[in-house]
This record gives sequence, C-alpha cells and structure tokens, in this order.
Amino acid sequence: MILYLQLFFEFFKAGLFAIGGGMATLPFLYDMSDKMGWFTYEDLANMVAISESTPGPIGINMATYVGFLLRGIPGAIVATVGLITPSIIVILIIAGFLKAFKDNPLVDAAFYGLRPASTGLIAAAGLSVLALVLVNPSVPEGAGILQLINVKSILLIAVLYYFTAVCKKTKGLHPVCFIAASAVIGIIFRFAGV
Amino acid sequence: MNKYSDLFLTFARIGGLTFGGGYAMLPMLQREVVEKRGWATEEELMNYYAIGQCTPGIIAVNTATFVGQKVAGILGGIVATFGVAFPSLVIICIITAFIQNFADLPIVQNAFAGIRVCVCVLIFNAVLKLWKKSVVDKATAVICVLILVGSVFTELSPILFVIVAGVLGVILKSRGGKTA
Repeated sequence: MILYLQLFFEFFKAGLFAIGGGMATLPFLYDMSDKMGWFTYEDLANMVAISESTPGPIGINMATYVGFLLRGIPGAIVATVGLITPSIIVILIIAGFLKAFKDNPLVDAAFYGLRPASTGLIAAAGLSVLALVLVNPSVPEGAGILQLINVKSILLIAVLYYFTAVCKKTKGLHPVCFIAASAVIGIIFRFAGV
Repeated sequence: MNKYSDLFLTFARIGGLTFGGGYAMLPMLQREVVEKRGWATEEELMNYYAIGQCTPGIIAVNTATFVGQKVAGILGGIVATFGVAFPSLVIICIITAFIQNFADLPIVQNAFAGIRVCVCVLIFNAVLKLWKKSVVDKATAVICVLILVGSVFTELSPILFVIVAGVLGVILKSRGGKTA
C-alpha cells in the first residue's frame, strides 16, 4: 500500500514539475532511480526506446512502464494517474482565465528561465545514458583504460548521428526505424557482450 | 453521457494513433478535434497547445484536459485526459509483460544494448532542438549550462532547479526589461 502511495506521489511530483513535455519527464525518472532505487539506468534507457516506438505521449508510456515493473497493472495505473493528476488540476484552473494567463508578463518571464532549465536537465539525463553505453560491458581483468571504453558504441553513435541529424534523406524518418536498426546491429555485433 | 463517451473515444484514438507524443500529436488533434468534431477552432487549439507547453505536465494531456473541459466541463476534462492516456496504459503493459519474460535471453540483451546507443543519439538530437528554442541569449545559455553541470555533479532534486530557474527568469526579465 505504501509503495502505491509513493508511486503516486513521485509521479505526481514529476507531472507537476516536468515542463515542456516529451523528454522533460526523463530527469525526474533519473532522480527517482537514484533516490528510490525502483529501476536501473539500463531500465530507463530501455524505457525511452519502448516509449519512442509505441503510440502515445512519452511521459505516460514511461509512467506506465515504471509502475508495471514495480507492481504490475495496478502499479501502472497508479503511476500514470499520479503523472496526469497535476496537469488536470492546473489546466482546469487555468482554463477559467485563459487569456489572462496567456498574456501575463510574469508567466512569460518565468518561462524565459524555465525553458533553458528544462533543456539542461534533459541534457544531464542524456549524459547518464551516454556514460552507460560508453563503458565496455565485458572488461577482462587487469584491462587498461582504453579497454574500458566501448568502441562499438562510439562507432554506432557516429553512424546514427549521421543518419538522424545530418543526412537529409533519412533524418525525417520516424525514430522507431533507427531503434529497430540499432536492435539488429546490437544483436549482430553482440553489444551486450553475451 | 454520450458527450463523455465521445470525448473518451476520440482522445483514446488520438493517444493510440500518434507515435512520439508532443508535436506529432498536433496534426491528429487538428483533424479530430477541429475538423471532425468542431469542439474547438484552429486558433483555440493553437492556444491550448502553446499553454500546454508552458504549464507543467505532458503537452498532449494538457491539451486533452483543455478540450474536454470546454466541451463538457470539469468531468469532460477528466474523461478526455483518461482517454488520451488509456491506449498507452494498455500497450505498454502488454509490451513490458512480454519483455520481462524474455529479458534474460542473450539476443534480447544484445538488442537492448544496441537500442540504448540509439536512445543516446535521440536524446542528444532532442536537446539540440530544445537548445535552439530555449537558449535565446547569454543569460539563458548560462542558466542551461549551470543546471546541466549542477544536475550532473550534485544529488539535488530537479524540482529545485526548476524552481530556481523560474525565479531567475522573473528576476532577469524585471531587471533588464526587454534584454536579448
């Protein structure tokens, strides 16, 4: 029971403070992983991939995934409801005075600071995933620093960056294409080292 | 009653048919909410969307609450929001249950190790896009970098960073007037 309350409360906080949608939930999930220990960074990275490859808002997908990992279907429902409750409350309040909110200089000023903050937080979460994939999964004993680094990952990062951000023909493709291709490459070249 | 089931089903369809959320959802919302149902005008939808971006929470959820509230009051807002979340809940539960059963297989582990590399690149691309939109001058660049560094090297909660950044925004704007 306590776990359900914690799940609800943690996702309520994420829903209340994650601003800008999409990946904005990610830093809060990393914080949750650190403080609650409900899931690992690996779980989180897998979760991002699954969320990007399935329909629906990414934040909701992530909440459902975490809730399900912890307590099955009831957990999934509790986490998701926790995440959307602050939105419902805030929006229902704002809807009453929509125009006043939109043209309020104070709101505008706050978001001048909030938007770059959200970018910085997401970048920090991205670095956590980067650290995860750069470390070699199977390090032989007495290995040097060079062997600690996962060269395969670096190569794949370069290739993926080219196709997702540089090459005009492919960069408009849906992320699920790149995720699927990466899964195949991971299997062929044994990225987990097993 | 009809109004509520209409709201739920329409938003469930929107939630279940858009991949990636956020901006991917806008064309779908335009078709379903504006053209087919006439629940809001194009301009109203854009307003909801803009406000959804600068209020806490998920943009798609915020927009659903707005439209539902307009059509059928508070209960309408709640029904539309649960509608947009419902398909995710079902789909993710099925996928997660499936993956958990196969998580120990080497082929699954290797696949996910490859996928994690891709996730890295996708997050990096998202950050670049957000940087272009959110970092508009020196002050915002400093806020972004400071929070990035603070978040990597300290255990402080992201909530604290969000609050500080909001306050900083207000202070900077009120001091400098229209700097940029």
